Amino acid sequence: MDLEFSPADIAFREEARAFIAENYPAHLRAKADEGEELAKEDFLAWHRILAEKGWVAPAWPTQYGGPGWTTTQRYIWSEELARADTIPIMPFGINMVGPVIYTFGTAEQKARFLPRILSGDDWWCQGYSEPGAGSDLASLRTRAVRDGDHYIVNGQKTWTTLAQHADWGFFLVRTDPDAKQQEGISFLLIDMKTPGITVRPIITLGGEHEVNEVWLEDVRVPVENRIYEENKGWTCAKFLLAHERTGIAGVARSKRGVERIKTIARAEMDGDRPLIANAFFKRKIAELEMDLTALEFTELRTLASEAAGRGPGPESSLLKIKGTEIQQRLTELALEAVGHYGAPYFRGFPTGDNATPIGPDYAHRAAPTYFNGRKTSIYGGSNEIQRNIIAKMVLGL
Amino acid sequence: MDFSFNETQQMLRDTLARYLADTYDFDTRRKWIAGEAGRDPGIWRALATELGILGAPFAEAHGGLGGGAVENMIVMEQLGEAIAIEPYLQTVVIGGGALKAVGGAVADSVIPQIIAGDAVIAFAYAEPQGRYELSNLRTTARRDGAGWVLNGHKAVVYGAPWATHLLVTARTGGGQRDADGIGLFLVEANRPGIVRRDYPTVDGFRASEVYFEQCAVGAEALLGGEGDALPLIEQVVDEAVAALCAEATGVMRRLHTGTMDYAKQRKQFGRAIADFQVLQHRLVDMFMEVEQAVSMTLMATLRLGLPAAERSAAVSQAKARIGRGLRFTGQSAVQIHGGIGITDELAIGHYFKRATMIEGQFGSVDHHLARYEALALAD
Repeated sequence: MDLEFSPADIAFREEARAFIAENYPAHLRAKADEGEELAKEDFLAWHRILAEKGWVAPAWPTQYGGPGWTTTQRYIWSEELARADTIPIMPFGINMVGPVIYTFGTAEQKARFLPRILSGDDWWCQGYSEPGAGSDLASLRTRAVRDGDHYIVNGQKTWTTLAQHADWGFFLVRTDPDAKQQEGISFLLIDMKTPGITVRPIITLGGEHEVNEVWLEDVRVPVENRIYEENKGWTCAKFLLAHERTGIAGVARSKRGVERIKTIARAEMDGDRPLIANAFFKRKIAELEMDLTALEFTELRTLASEAAGRGPGPESSLLKIKGTEIQQRLTELALEAVGHYGAPYFRGFPTGDNATPIGPDYAHRAAPTYFNGRKTSIYGGSNEIQRNIIAKMVLGL
Repeated sequence: MDFSFNETQQMLRDTLARYLADTYDFDTRRKWIAGEAGRDPGIWRALATELGILGAPFAEAHGGLGGGAVENMIVMEQLGEAIAIEPYLQTVVIGGGALKAVGGAVADSVIPQIIAGDAVIAFAYAEPQGRYELSNLRTTARRDGAGWVLNGHKAVVYGAPWATHLLVTARTGGGQRDADGIGLFLVEANRPGIVRRDYPTVDGFRASEVYFEQCAVGAEALLGGEGDALPLIEQVVDEAVAALCAEATGVMRRLHTGTMDYAKQRKQFGRAIADFQVLQHRLVDMFMEVEQAVSMTLMATLRLGLPAAERSAAVSQAKARIGRGLRFTGQSAVQIHGGIGITDELAIGHYFKRATMIEGQFGSVDHHLARYEALALAD
């Protein structure tokens, strides 16, 4: 048992920290500070820099282009990214479909898709949820019917994050309508430029266009774009969901979030003292840090067991639940901290007049971030579903 | 002990409920908010003339219905159910409340204008450094001949773009946080020396940063005495918080009933999600929050007439309790709706946004718990 980093790990940390400091684009930092919506090119700019360095896919095996880092190094890397408050690398290619392709795909599929995921040449989106199939994902109804060497796909997907930018999507479709729910599903990769695909924006409470509806009407998909066996797509889906949940704990980002709240609470006045001196408020920060430490060490245990060759299992549901609860509390606390200046709605502002700013900069995104953050206990399998998973798979109830 | 409404009160509630059901549907509200003015002034006019509701808490001598805090509670709860963006709280409860309290010539002149729908008031009390502390003021009122000159910056003034009058707190003397040396002024909104920066708020209202730059006002602008207005301001804000609690009750009730309806029709795993016990318990907890909000609103409203310390303790208890209820009910409504609860398309998300903003308006849960402790829990 050892909590300390080895000299090699400390050297790696220095290297990682220096690389971010030297290479993270300054214009991205300015945009993020202003709370501006990031364009596709913004996300890709950082992605490409990391791809060039060979660091964009920390978890991938070296034969597919991963950096060959240990679990500890990956942990350090995510800490350093959060510490520098970099924009996130879009997970749909790197963390989601990539691992499915190198685990279940054919040699041709790996050769065709993996390099373009790494380079950022292809932007991916996830076609899982449907209007009638949210938590009950396996009840999905999008149909794929075989027609020679193609599938004809019809149906509707929803909550498709940043599909407006996507070149490719990975979709769960029903290929056997007569089979039991989870058994007739296949995992298809679909070129988003295929005729018959329509992407429509869903505007969320903060005014963001982040998610979409995707309509598929007689979309022809070559059979060679199916990953794994026909009707066995649920195996890929489950694998992917477990991977998605590991990242979802977001410990390093939440640590950064706590620091941001401390900064706000030092700047905001509460009577004749800064807000951070308010015992109520300070206690809430203390409780957050306590829960975050508990989550961090739970995640470290999970990582250690992963390093010992055991893949992420149902216990990753715990990380999802506790991680998202903390993320949500951070947004609550930020909104509380900014007081009156949580109310102005900056997206609705007429342009111009920068001479008289409205409230402090850190207040601008507090309310929309709080509203938008409610999604975290809903997506990736709602927290109610995660508790069911723990009850069934871990506790055997 | 009697918590029932009399016939007039019953009628007030039913009339307003019917009117809002007919005119204030979610899509229409949305159109108003997106429009340039941010509201339909015809609604305010109708509340005044067709329904006669703006006179609810005013004396018959002023042309009102002779009611008081209970009438405000009834109106605010209905406005909450419709997430209405009408400036009733600012104009009738706060502006009207201050005028009722001070009486005199200004009251005789402005209250009838409020009742007629001609005067719309915004309450310019908050300042960037002041958080929820009513006496924390940098805005100054300097004597100038018979009148006053105002200087300062008021933060997030709800309804200011629509207002004919601003009710302004300002320092006539003393240090930044002193209880003494505070004046309350009623100022025409188009007065020279008032600069506004208008913007929408996340919950659908319009608000402004208001800057007073050598704004000269007459002697009649001062409501009450020079420098001793804090007790009056505290009283008016307590009345406002009680009314806000009533609005919260309406918002929470709709969050609960809307979520019940959704949970009964939304099917997952082959049955309505309302069949799942874990969601049933959450819906029950939401229901209990609504019921407690009703109770606390009644409690606070009926205690508004008590001596200041008891009144304020009651109001702070209510606001803190309801603040917690707002958060729980709003978050639960979104959670049970799932993703659709976070979209702009469904009313439920907009109720959630209003609930969130009420939680902070005139003091957060922490603020009111601390205030209650200071008033009621001696060491």
